[in-house]
Amino acid sequence: MAEGAGSRARLRAFLDRLRSGDEVAHLLTLIFASAIFFVTFLLVYELWQNSALSRHQFGWHFLLGRTWDPVFENYGALPFVFGTTLTSALALLLAIPLGVGAAIFLAELAPPRISDFLTFLIELLAAVPSVIFGLLGIFIVVPLLGTTVMPFLKATLGFLPIFKGPIYGVSLFAAGVVLSIMIIPFIISISREVLLGVPADQREAALALGATKWESTWKVVVPYARTGIMGSVFLSLARALGETMAVTMVIGNDPKISASLFAPGYSIAAVIANEFSEATSALYINALVELGLVLFLLTIILNALARLLILATTRRATGHA
Amino acid sequence: MKKPKALVLFYVASVVLLIVGCLGLTARAPASPRAVPDQVLINAAGATFPYPIYSKWFTEYNRLHPDIEINYQSIGSGGGIAQLKAGTVDFGASDMPLTDQMLNDFKFKVLHFPTVLGAVVPTYNITGVTQELNFTPDALAGIYLGKITKWNDPAITQTNKGVQLPAQDIVVIHRSDGSGTTFVWTDYLSKVSKEWETKVGKNTSVNWPVGLGGKGNEGVAGLVKQTPGAIGYVELIYAVQNDIPYGRVRNTAGTFVKAELSSVTAAAAGVAKAMPEDFRVSITNAPGKAAYPVCSFTYLLIPTKIQDANKAKMIKDFLHWMLNDGQKDAEGLTYAPLPKEVVTMELKQISMIE
Repeated sequence: MAEGAGSRARLRAFLDRLRSGDEVAHLLTLIFASAIFFVTFLLVYELWQNSALSRHQFGWHFLLGRTWDPVFENYGALPFVFGTTLTSALALLLAIPLGVGAAIFLAELAPPRISDFLTFLIELLAAVPSVIFGLLGIFIVVPLLGTTVMPFLKATLGFLPIFKGPIYGVSLFAAGVVLSIMIIPFIISISREVLLGVPADQREAALALGATKWESTWKVVVPYARTGIMGSVFLSLARALGETMAVTMVIGNDPKISASLFAPGYSIAAVIANEFSEATSALYINALVELGLVLFLLTIILNALARLLILATTRRATGHA
Repeated sequence: MKKPKALVLFYVASVVLLIVGCLGLTARAPASPRAVPDQVLINAAGATFPYPIYSKWFTEYNRLHPDIEINYQSIGSGGGIAQLKAGTVDFGASDMPLTDQMLNDFKFKVLHFPTVLGAVVPTYNITGVTQELNFTPDALAGIYLGKITKWNDPAITQTNKGVQLPAQDIVVIHRSDGSGTTFVWTDYLSKVSKEWETKVGKNTSVNWPVGLGGKGNEGVAGLVKQTPGAIGYVELIYAVQNDIPYGRVRNTAGTFVKAELSSVTAAAAGVAKAMPEDFRVSITNAPGKAAYPVCSFTYLLIPTKIQDANKAKMIKDFLHWMLNDGQKDAEGLTYAPLPKEVVTMELKQISMIE
C-alpha cells in the first residue's frame, strides 16, 4: 500500500513538473543541444565521405605534399596549411596586444561617455561583412604596406629571413594585417565586457593594499578576467582560420612555402573558394573537400593547443585555476 | 501585474500582423512573372566569360517569345558541366570543349554548340613604357615559366626595337580561380612551348611555376595596375572596356597581331575549313596572316535527348534564333560572331537534338 502511494506521488510530481513546464523545458533544451552535436557529426561525416577518392589516392602524403597540380592531378595540402597557420598566428600576434590594450583602456581607464561611444563604434566594426575588409585590404592596406611599412621593415630589419625578398604588396604579411583588423573588434568588445564584469571589491581590495591604478588593473583585474579574454581570443582565432574573401584578395594566391613574410602565399579557405566551382574531375573536388577536412582538424588542434597553453600559464599564475 | 499582460498581448498582436503581412506580400509576388499561362522555364548554367551576351540573348528571346524563359546562372564552366551531368539543368555552357574522358563520364550524349568567340590578351605595367609591345610566343612562355625575369631581356627587346625597356623585374600575374580564360592561355602556351606542355599543361586551373594570383579578370587587371613591372592575361572584352594597354602577339604567319574583332574572326575562319563535326576544336595559334593566336570558342552543351518534347522544341528554336539573329548582338558587346561556315554546320547539328 505504501509502495502504491509512493509511486502515485511520484507520478503526481512528474505530472506537476510537466504542467509547470520543467519537463518540457528539459526535453527541448536537450533536443537543441543534441542538434548541435548532430550537425557537427553530419558535417564531419560529409567531409569524410566526399574526400574518399583523394584520401585513398594520397593517404598521409596529402598533408606533406607541396604541389597543387590540377593538370597532373597531384594534390598536397602543406602550402595551404602553412599559409593558414602563419596568417592567423600573425593576425593574433598583432591583434591581441592592441585588442586587450584597447579593452583595458575602455573598461578601466577611459571616462564612461568616451568608453560607451567608442564601444558602440567598435561593435559596428565587428558587424562589417568580410568582403568589405577585403576591399579595404586591396585598396588601402596593400598599397600602404607595399609603399611604406614593408620597405621600412626591409631597410631596418632586412637581415632577418622573414623580411627578405621582393615586395609585391600582396603577401602573407598583408593577409595577416587585414585579418588582425578583422578580429580586433571581437577581442575588444568581449574583453571589455569581461573586464567590466570583474567585481568592484577586487579593484578596491588592490587599491586598499596600496596598489596604483595601473597596478590594480594589470595585476588584479586582468588576471581575474583571464578566461573571458582567452575566450575572445579563441573566437577570433576561429574567425581568422576560416576567413575566405578578405584573405584571397590580399594574400597573392601562390601555393608556395617561403621563409619571408613579404612573399605571396595561399590559405585553405581561399583555395577552396577560388577553385571549387570550376573543379571538374572527381579527384579534384575530393581533394578540395579533403582540404576542408584538414581545416576542420587544424581548427580543433589549434584550439586544443591554445587551451593547453592557458592551462599551463594559469597554474603558474595567481593560484586560482 | 497588469502591465505584463498588456505587453504580452501587444507582442502577440505584432507577431501575428507580421506573419499575415509577409504571407500577403509573398502571395502577391509570384503573380507577375506567372502572368503568362503555362510558361516554360528552361534552366542553364555555366561559363562566366560569355555571360554578358547570354544574358542579353535570353532576355531578348523572352521578349520575343514570352512563353519561354531561360534562366542562366554563371557559376563557371566546371559548375555548368557538373550540373549538366547531375541533370539539374537543361543545358550547360563551357569555355573549354569536353575531353573524351569527360564525355565518357556522362550517361548521355552531349552536343557542343559554339556561340561566340573570345580572345585573351597580355596586359602589362612597365615603368616608363606607354607603347604597345610585341610579344613572341617564346617570350610569353619564358615569362610565365619564370625563365625570363627582367623586362630588358633580349627575348623581349629584340622585337621591340623602338622601346626603352627598363631593367625591371617581371612580376607575373595569373588567375587564382578556375577559369576558361586560363584554359585558353595555357592551351596556347602548351602549343608554342614543349616545356610548358610537359611541365604545366593546360586546364582551367594549373600549377603555375611563378606568379601572383588574382581573382577574376578584375583581380588580374587590378594587380597589374598596382604592381610596377607586372604582366597578366585578361579577356579582350575586359581590356577594351576598361581601357587597359595590351600587347601584340606573333601568330604562325610571323605577323605581330593586335587582338580585335577582325583578327579574332580571322582566327576562326582559318580553322573553319578544318572544323571537326563535333566542334571540339582549339583555335589557339590558328593559321592565317591576320589571325590573332590566342582565341577560343565558347560552347553551349546540349544533350541529344531531351525528355520534355516541348522543351526540346524550344531549345532548338532558340538555337536557330541564336545562330541567325543572335549573332548580330555579338559585336556590340565586343564578342566576335561565328564565321558563316561554322553557323551552317551548327544549323545542321540542331537536327540531332530530339
